[in-house]
Amino acid sequence: MSAVDHEASAGGSPAQASTASCQGSVDLIFDRSRPGHRGYLLPSLDVPAPDAEDLVPDTLLRKTPPGLPEVTEPEVVRHYVGLSTMNHHVDRDLYPLGSCTMKYNPKINEDIARLPGLGALHPDAPAALSQGMLELLWRCEQELARILGLVAVSLHPSAGAQGELLGMLLFRAYHRHHGNDGKRTILIPDSAHGTNPASVVMCGFTPRQMPSRGDGRVDLDRLAEAIGPDTAGVMITNPNTLGLFEKDFAAVAERVHAVDGLVYMDGANLNALMGIVRPGDMGVDAVHANLHKTFSTPHGGGGPGAGPVGVSQRLEPFLPVPLIERRGERFELVSDRPHTIGRLHPYYGNAGVIVRAYAYIRSLGPDGLAAVSRAAIVNANYLMKQVDPVFPVAKREACMHEFVSSLAWTREHGVKNIDVAKRLLDYGFHAPTVSFPLIVPDAFMIEPTETETRATLDRFAQALALIAREVREEPQVVQGAPHTTRVSRLDEAGAARHLKVRWTPPGSSDA
Amino acid sequence: MVRYIGHTPEEEASLLAAIGAPDFESLLEQVPAGLRIEGPLDLPPAMSEVELRRFLGGLAARNYDPNRTVSFLGAGMYDHAVPAAVDHLALRPEFYTAYTPYQAEVAQGTLAVILEFQTMICELTGLDVANASMYEGASAAAEALLLAHGATGRGRILVAGGVSPRVRGVLDTLLSSVGLAIEELPSDDGRVDLSSLRRLLGNGEPAAAVLVQQPGFLGLLEPLGEIGSLCAAHGRGAHLVASADPLSLGLLAAPGRLGATTVVGDLQPLGIPPQFGGPSGGYFASRREHIRRMPGRIAAETVDSLGRRGYTLTLQTREQHIRREKATSNICTNSGLMALRACVYLSLLGPRGLHEAAAQCVQRSHYALAQLEQVAGVQRAHGGPFFREFAVRLPVPAEALVARIHEQAGILAGVPLSRFVAARDRDLLVAVTEKRSKAEIDALVAAVRQALA
Repeated sequence: MSAVDHEASAGGSPAQASTASCQGSVDLIFDRSRPGHRGYLLPSLDVPAPDAEDLVPDTLLRKTPPGLPEVTEPEVVRHYVGLSTMNHHVDRDLYPLGSCTMKYNPKINEDIARLPGLGALHPDAPAALSQGMLELLWRCEQELARILGLVAVSLHPSAGAQGELLGMLLFRAYHRHHGNDGKRTILIPDSAHGTNPASVVMCGFTPRQMPSRGDGRVDLDRLAEAIGPDTAGVMITNPNTLGLFEKDFAAVAERVHAVDGLVYMDGANLNALMGIVRPGDMGVDAVHANLHKTFSTPHGGGGPGAGPVGVSQRLEPFLPVPLIERRGERFELVSDRPHTIGRLHPYYGNAGVIVRAYAYIRSLGPDGLAAVSRAAIVNANYLMKQVDPVFPVAKREACMHEFVSSLAWTREHGVKNIDVAKRLLDYGFHAPTVSFPLIVPDAFMIEPTETETRATLDRFAQALALIAREVREEPQVVQGAPHTTRVSRLDEAGAARHLKVRWTPPGSSDA
Repeated sequence: MVRYIGHTPEEEASLLAAIGAPDFESLLEQVPAGLRIEGPLDLPPAMSEVELRRFLGGLAARNYDPNRTVSFLGAGMYDHAVPAAVDHLALRPEFYTAYTPYQAEVAQGTLAVILEFQTMICELTGLDVANASMYEGASAAAEALLLAHGATGRGRILVAGGVSPRVRGVLDTLLSSVGLAIEELPSDDGRVDLSSLRRLLGNGEPAAAVLVQQPGFLGLLEPLGEIGSLCAAHGRGAHLVASADPLSLGLLAAPGRLGATTVVGDLQPLGIPPQFGGPSGGYFASRREHIRRMPGRIAAETVDSLGRRGYTLTLQTREQHIRREKATSNICTNSGLMALRACVYLSLLGPRGLHEAAAQCVQRSHYALAQLEQVAGVQRAHGGPFFREFAVRLPVPAEALVARIHEQAGILAGVPLSRFVAARDRDLLVAVTEKRSKAEIDALVAAVRQALA
């Protein structure tokens, strides 16, 4: 990784020539494979038994071994440690990604999740032998329900998008139960994240996009026009994807309920709301929380996460099974629920992720969670103030936990927002969310989270200011970025053309 | 001061001054006063690490101790050996605290792992293309059926009786809303009845897909070669979808070579501890012609501006953040860290190690069954070849026997089948992995004998 902090703080810019040019291609584990090498020893067979080949029909046996690498343990470790050094990660520096809430992942949560009595439990052990885990999951549901202001929580969804899908499945079950066969449309603001309409379609509903106002907020008048007998419900992100609170949310909910429609809230931005408002108080029928965002569980390079869903009384009967019920001192898994939509997850959701989130909730307590949202909002507003002179904010009012700037002016200099994003990598930061939401031209969506100190925010704002100057004075430096990362700008168009999606041995016909 | 927050209340004051806000409340003008929570959230007070360890350690202690319990539990999650290096590498913050690799130039570590993972899955399954992983095996199976539905335009799905009841439950929930009709294939002693399959494929509406699990839920090996041939000959273009245990593929024939269009499965056996059911990860592999229909993320090789080989996510136009309602799926996250674990596991074991692990699962489970059948009153529930797991019929209810054996011997003897089929209350599903020594297996047999005496 580049050592740019010193240069940046001294007012200079990172080297333009690639300091990484002495490093070559990124190698794969297959490049270290040598015939006969092995990295792990199994116990010897100590039972009398025929060869496995004599116990399995010949037609079901492999004829050729799979092309897996043959590597010793030290070589495996060197390879993966080497790969790891090529990653930006939140333990190294800031990821100001809007709506991702890349906050710090507390280490104590990793220790707790690895306690054998939690991390190595088999889900099919008798319930009597899993009471501690069942209690933990049950308590997590209770506490999330209180944070969300709702009556019950399902921990089953494996991700936020699956939480949205669960919400839509619950809507569908509700409407079927109430004979609302004509209700097939879900209204979604055009500022919404792409998972929203995708989840709606996966459930057999039809998404109907509603134009938002200039600030990305739902337009009550347009909503009133759009609501009709076919309206099954509405799906709204709050705060919205511009980081602004949906002021009319309660009024929206009222109008939707008036036609026996349901209200889904995308809870990706919950980091702005804890201790301030509760979705349940705003008329929400279902809302998902992202444990890997608001509740600090690690992103893992792309998962696993979890997307538990809180529900109102209207939707409670339809929750997926099994549920955990407390009966006296015992916790039991119950599947006998007459109106359930059935099973969403093969077990009880991503328990390992839930354990980490629960440890976080217990670590912080009510005051800590409120302090988190408060600090997230303060940090975002402070950073917005620093960034606005450089890249104008889309909407001039106080933001919640994130804000959106437009980089449109850079186009005059032949520079795009993605180029600025790549140049930020040279300064040691990950870029913000680029070109989202769609309603702001050349957007950067920026969310610092509460974890970051003022020093980090200043460093980031200064990097943006330096890059803005480069855009004006040396645009080619920005256009050609990144220069100091492990690899320089990658050819994504070429990747999509050739679609080389697996390694092939050299000399093979597919190479 | 909360330890994960970047400023103190005093520092907050100077931040507010820099913002130009008189106080914090002024930043919340956009939030209607009537919605504001009064008072703190109704939650227990904060805990220090010491208190957290004590409290959560206490909850952990109220479960069985996996380190002191010999487990023959299976039914979808297995007690396989996890090499130490897997844990160490997965605990590197460069991997576990990294974000999704959208800015590829600073995520080559994550992307190289994905490319390796995709390659290894292709090698195990005998197919051309694989994605970066799925949430878990059940939703991966659902997505495979959705792909078949999209590719064929048909809604009829045939599902083998050997598919896990849990997977079946998830399929019913996820697929009922998109107009797919699921029919269960008749079984012959726990396996797909081939003549019924032939009849159902050839008559009535052409099917979109046939889903088979290998090994089946009861550990039985399906005649996958014959099923593949029947699908090819009579399926009228139906996709054969195999849900295959990835560890077994070190020994068993790649379903892609037996005629499967898509192969999916759960990654848990590849270096992932059970964690009370999740997270694990799913895998998804298919034929190259379907690459644009595949859900989830896909990484590809490319070059940088200096011509050096690197990796990037590709075909993102399929995904929800771009195609939105026309996306192939709504998936956003995958199971990146679990895919890393699987990669490291497969790299450490290599083809010979994986073969040996799979072979020992077969050999140890066959030994265990042979010994159990010598206990008076214990019978095998289904005939034919099996991998790692088998069902036995007992002379007494299985649930009670399992409890008694755990009490007496500290062994978890198996999963009672009454959990899945109420009438099968005397049947016990027993899994025997490469970790189960002869002494442990003999102890199980002795415990069963004693408990039945």
